[in-house]
Amino acid sequence: MTFNRVTDFLASEFSLLTMSEESEESVPLLPLQQESMASALFNTDQNDNSERRRHDNSGRRRNDNPESETNGQPQNNIQQVVEQDEEEDEELTLKYGAKHVIMLFVPVTLCMVVVVATIKSVSFYTRKDGQLIYTPFTEETETVGQRALNSILNAAIMISVIIVMTILLVVLYKYRCYKVIHGWLIISSLLLLFFFSFIYLGEVFKTYNVAMDYITVALIIWNFGVVGMICIHWKGPLRLQQAYLIMISALMALVFIKYLPEWTAWLILAVISVYDLVAVLCPKGPLRMLVETAQERNETLFPALIYSSTMIWLVNMAEEDPEAQRKATKNSTYDKQAPANQTRNEDAEADDGGFSQEWQQQRDNRIGPIESTPESRAAVQALPSNSQTSEDPEERGVKLGLGDFIFYSVLVGKASATASGDWNTTLACFVAILIGLCLTLLLLAIFKKALPALPISITFGLVFYFATDNLVQPFMDQLAFHQFYI
Amino acid sequence: MTLAVFFGCTFIAFGPAFGLFVFTIARDPLRIIILIAGAFFWLVSLLLSSLIWFIAVKASDPRDEPLQKGLLIFGVMFSVLLQEAFRFLYYKLLRKAIEGLVALSEDGCSPISIQQMAYVAGVGFGLMSGAFSMINLLADALGPGTVGIYGDSQLYFLTSAFMTMVLIFLHTFWGILFFHGCEHRRWWEITAVVVMHLAVSGSVYVVEPAPSQDPEALRDARVPTTLALPSILAARVAVTFSAISFLLHWGTLASPSTAHTGVWLWQPADKCDWGWLALMPLWEPPENGLVLGDSALLASL
Repeated sequence: MTFNRVTDFLASEFSLLTMSEESEESVPLLPLQQESMASALFNTDQNDNSERRRHDNSGRRRNDNPESETNGQPQNNIQQVVEQDEEEDEELTLKYGAKHVIMLFVPVTLCMVVVVATIKSVSFYTRKDGQLIYTPFTEETETVGQRALNSILNAAIMISVIIVMTILLVVLYKYRCYKVIHGWLIISSLLLLFFFSFIYLGEVFKTYNVAMDYITVALIIWNFGVVGMICIHWKGPLRLQQAYLIMISALMALVFIKYLPEWTAWLILAVISVYDLVAVLCPKGPLRMLVETAQERNETLFPALIYSSTMIWLVNMAEEDPEAQRKATKNSTYDKQAPANQTRNEDAEADDGGFSQEWQQQRDNRIGPIESTPESRAAVQALPSNSQTSEDPEERGVKLGLGDFIFYSVLVGKASATASGDWNTTLACFVAILIGLCLTLLLLAIFKKALPALPISITFGLVFYFATDNLVQPFMDQLAFHQFYI
Repeated sequence: MTLAVFFGCTFIAFGPAFGLFVFTIARDPLRIIILIAGAFFWLVSLLLSSLIWFIAVKASDPRDEPLQKGLLIFGVMFSVLLQEAFRFLYYKLLRKAIEGLVALSEDGCSPISIQQMAYVAGVGFGLMSGAFSMINLLADALGPGTVGIYGDSQLYFLTSAFMTMVLIFLHTFWGILFFHGCEHRRWWEITAVVVMHLAVSGSVYVVEPAPSQDPEALRDARVPTTLALPSILAARVAVTFSAISFLLHWGTLASPSTAHTGVWLWQPADKCDWGWLALMPLWEPPENGLVLGDSALLASL
């Protein structure tokens, strides 16, 4: 595989550093930056119509304003909190909190399952084929001390690269260089969707000894990639978009598992959870500044970096006018679906847009009986959005950054690849990560502010990895030997 | 080996538990969280107990076989006690959680009762315990090889699978009984659970032979299956006892105080759903303990 040549080409295109030694392989900077950004955690809480969501678990991740702002109305932080709504919201929050936790459990589990299945079957991702340029020091040293030193240096370099990239991104965002950021993100998703999935497909074919011609592969990869780009960066069915986000997280995690040597990987996991904690909670943390800037401007943050578990229905609030509709959806993110916009007013009686009578009655009770005419829509849109979001609380979703997916999967994948305890260790890390995620969401419901998702899970995962591998495995071995069941 | 054994043992060991999960737990997100938290608590207890065992082993002479055996027994007993202690801690945590849920609910009753939590916690403990016992075996079963090629029993995988299934059920029932005992301050129930757990875990040791000095047998490292039979029988008796106790408490479990929180798990048509377990001991053929071939073992199972 002429990895070097391809990456040299890409690097020259974007003036990145690569090393042209034959034993080294380089991966361009972009996916790294993508996931480092995505591991940040934001809340959506400070908007006015997120006053309700402030108490909601959906206020966990990046501030996707159009998700909360469903009608193109400008976001102004009107303190129009309805008092009785607050208590209701608290109860609703924690009542539906369990559902939101499961909405995150499922994709995280799926991503880990994909990564572990690949690691166990495709030997390519456990074969040592060089290291990334960000981890230049090798771990094949004579002494343990030298190895430790090398891995510490590797981790330090990697973390400083991530910090620099994050600060660069914040600066770009602050100075409104949106085109650069969008271009950056598009390039990195192109890379993931086309190049890495091509490699993955090739390795899977090699593993199962499937003969395949280039034309078919080109067709498959082309379709896969284009549909992925459309789903992630524009609009698409929610499930398809979620599936694509899980797949690219898994691909990225597999790249990390392959190219990070062992001790470096564990150190990087530990350090990045500390960095996540600092970056999100400290007042001068880059990620916190990013969130606050986004909230000041009432803008959406980057698409393609967040996994969203649901979408908001623009029920009967759609403009008929195509320009207005485009304007209304201009700020929309990938996770809004178009069908609600298709409802036409003429057949309001015949075609209720899929919304039942009860729902419409409920809406009427909230805001008074209103015919869905353009005038009424404009009037309602002018209302503070608190009173008109009569959507079912269960449809409020929860968001998780892709960086979290990636690092969770890296941990579990590394555990399954290199542990002597093998499946026991993998299972223990998996349970530990899920419990960490649960605790993080619980803390979020309690503190109602932005929280990083990596520290607790990664800490639990690391503790359980080393403990299970070194302590539990000998014990279980002896028990299995004597057929004890505890 | 390979696929047939793998799938067979997987379904034997985890089939009932998977059915329990799909039909009673998977629908409700709160129960899934309680399940995973239960698995986590079991894991932590295992971790601590293996830490103690590890320290003890490292501090002792590795060449002293009886000592190592004794340390393992001690490790098993300590692990059982620690598991029950963590079950108690989990009970405490769930009680607090119920209070929180009640405070937050609209109509003053929790969406899930302590009995349902007890059941789910038991399943969580059981699933994790079973998974830790069985998964590496299953992974090995997928690969090439022949069980018993050195003259040991060929039924190692099967008996392990059955034992795992029994253990999952046992943990479920123990969870229910334990929480019930804690709820109603019936200490004899709690001690009964602990004693049963110790008995089941320790029963294998009682019937195991002295370690063979034959290097080939040691290399293969498989205990003859015929000697695991009594432990399986003991475990089944324990399951029966647990099931009977569970049935006896059926009335108190669905007490009026919690009746409005809904049905127990799902509406079982009649109490015979669990009763079939009690019938199992009746199917055993008369034993002639000395010559017990593998076919007789299978028939009794």
